[in-house]
Amino acid sequence: MTNKMQSITRGLVSFAILIAAWQALVWGTGVEFFILPGPWLVLHSLIANLELVGRHAAITLLEIVLGLLCGCGLGMVNAISLSWFPKVRRWLLPLLVVAQAIPVFALAPVLVLWLGYGLASKVMMASLIIFFPVTTAFLDGLRRTEPGWLDLARTMTAGQAGSGRWAALRHIRIPAALPALASGLRVAAAVAPIGAVVGEWVGSSAGLGYLMLHANGRMQIDLLFAALFVLAAMAVTIFFSIDWLLRRLLPWQPDSLPNE
Amino acid sequence: MPGSEFVMDTEVPVGVALRGGTLAFGDKVIFESLDLDIPAGRTTCLLGPSGVGKSSLLRMIAGISPEAAANRLVSSDGGAIEGRIAYMDQRDLLLPWLSVLDNVSLGARLRGAAPDRQRAQALLAKVGLAGESKSLPAALSGGMRQRAALARTLMEDRAIVLMDEPFSSLDALTRLRLQDLAAGLLAGRTVLLVTHDPLEALRLGHRILVMRGSPARIASVLEPDGLPPRPADDPNLHGLAAAILAELAG
Repeated sequence: MTNKMQSITRGLVSFAILIAAWQALVWGTGVEFFILPGPWLVLHSLIANLELVGRHAAITLLEIVLGLLCGCGLGMVNAISLSWFPKVRRWLLPLLVVAQAIPVFALAPVLVLWLGYGLASKVMMASLIIFFPVTTAFLDGLRRTEPGWLDLARTMTAGQAGSGRWAALRHIRIPAALPALASGLRVAAAVAPIGAVVGEWVGSSAGLGYLMLHANGRMQIDLLFAALFVLAAMAVTIFFSIDWLLRRLLPWQPDSLPNE
Repeated sequence: MPGSEFVMDTEVPVGVALRGGTLAFGDKVIFESLDLDIPAGRTTCLLGPSGVGKSSLLRMIAGISPEAAANRLVSSDGGAIEGRIAYMDQRDLLLPWLSVLDNVSLGARLRGAAPDRQRAQALLAKVGLAGESKSLPAALSGGMRQRAALARTLMEDRAIVLMDEPFSSLDALTRLRLQDLAAGLLAGRTVLLVTHDPLEALRLGHRILVMRGSPARIASVLEPDGLPPRPADDPNLHGLAAAILAELAG
């Protein structure tokens, strides 16, 4: 069996064990279905409400994707400008460190107040929590360029009009920082759904977070779990797609852990 | 001699002279009022115990030592030295995300020019890496990587080549082979090669300078008989090497 098949099999087996444990818990404790519905009930509810769950899932997915694009884009631009302008770095970096300590979730009510119940406040929420890890990871990478590469670049561009620093950034500093950026992007992929759902909880009229609150209020616990299941599946899919893409794009980055 | 058709494609040999060179890191004076002549079209080897400041001197001439801005460097033809230097380090400094071919043509890429891929291919063939142009550096052995670095240095086609212990991280056999290869490919250029290996200096140098002391100075100048690359089994070289070692130790 190939490595890929082995890891898929392992994933399926773990999933099956998890479902079995869930069912065993329901049978073993005799817990009421409105506290913890069994997997069969949740699946049934998912199929019965497929159209409803799908509609809300599409909105949450849109919020996550837009949040990822905005947050990662802004974080990358910010990291590059911080590395390029020492003055900006001196003023902005301490500010960023302090801002990072503010719990972004606490801003959710304010964002909803300012940006309304629609898409914008959720995208903003997701962008905000993505922005910091992407900025710090990428900036860290940009600061750790092998000095020998830069020396070499300097001898190659010596006597050229002005372009040396830009060329070194574009051809050496940025590519060299991509593995560090990739770590930031993985974190971003993992936290983006949190941002979107928290935004939905605070105030919204659509999305999986909204659907979960709504179902909870009406004691539709099976629907709540169905929405939760879809959200988890979405988050895992987003994370592994980005992880896969980053591995494909950075084949030169050695993985020093033994093959898993 | 392999590579003779690459000798001096565009430039006339040019010598470099340093007058009153001074370098200090904080209070520690590495050298002061140092005079150094690197004659045009010849290989000058700079030998010295480790820590004496020979790499710092080379980096100063290469223009990549931030501590040494005010030193006087003059070229034998009166032209600017900036932009006429190719630099090769002890480490290969290959960019891990670029193929060997793209690494060799890195200079053009950085200058925003179109790389001459044919010339890069031809140089790779000269250093014995014709089949590896698409490989990533990680796929190459240490000796192959250093050969790629040599091809990159030659690709720059500069009149002056500065080499900082370029072969010191290689095993003995690979080192001997690369010394021969480099001597052939660099013939006719002005080369300053820093090394701590007397035998390497004696094989490759038209002229050998021994740097010693603190602050460092050029303690002796030697011009061995014959032309480089001198054979490694030449008994005269071994005698001279022993004498140089004694001088370095003393």
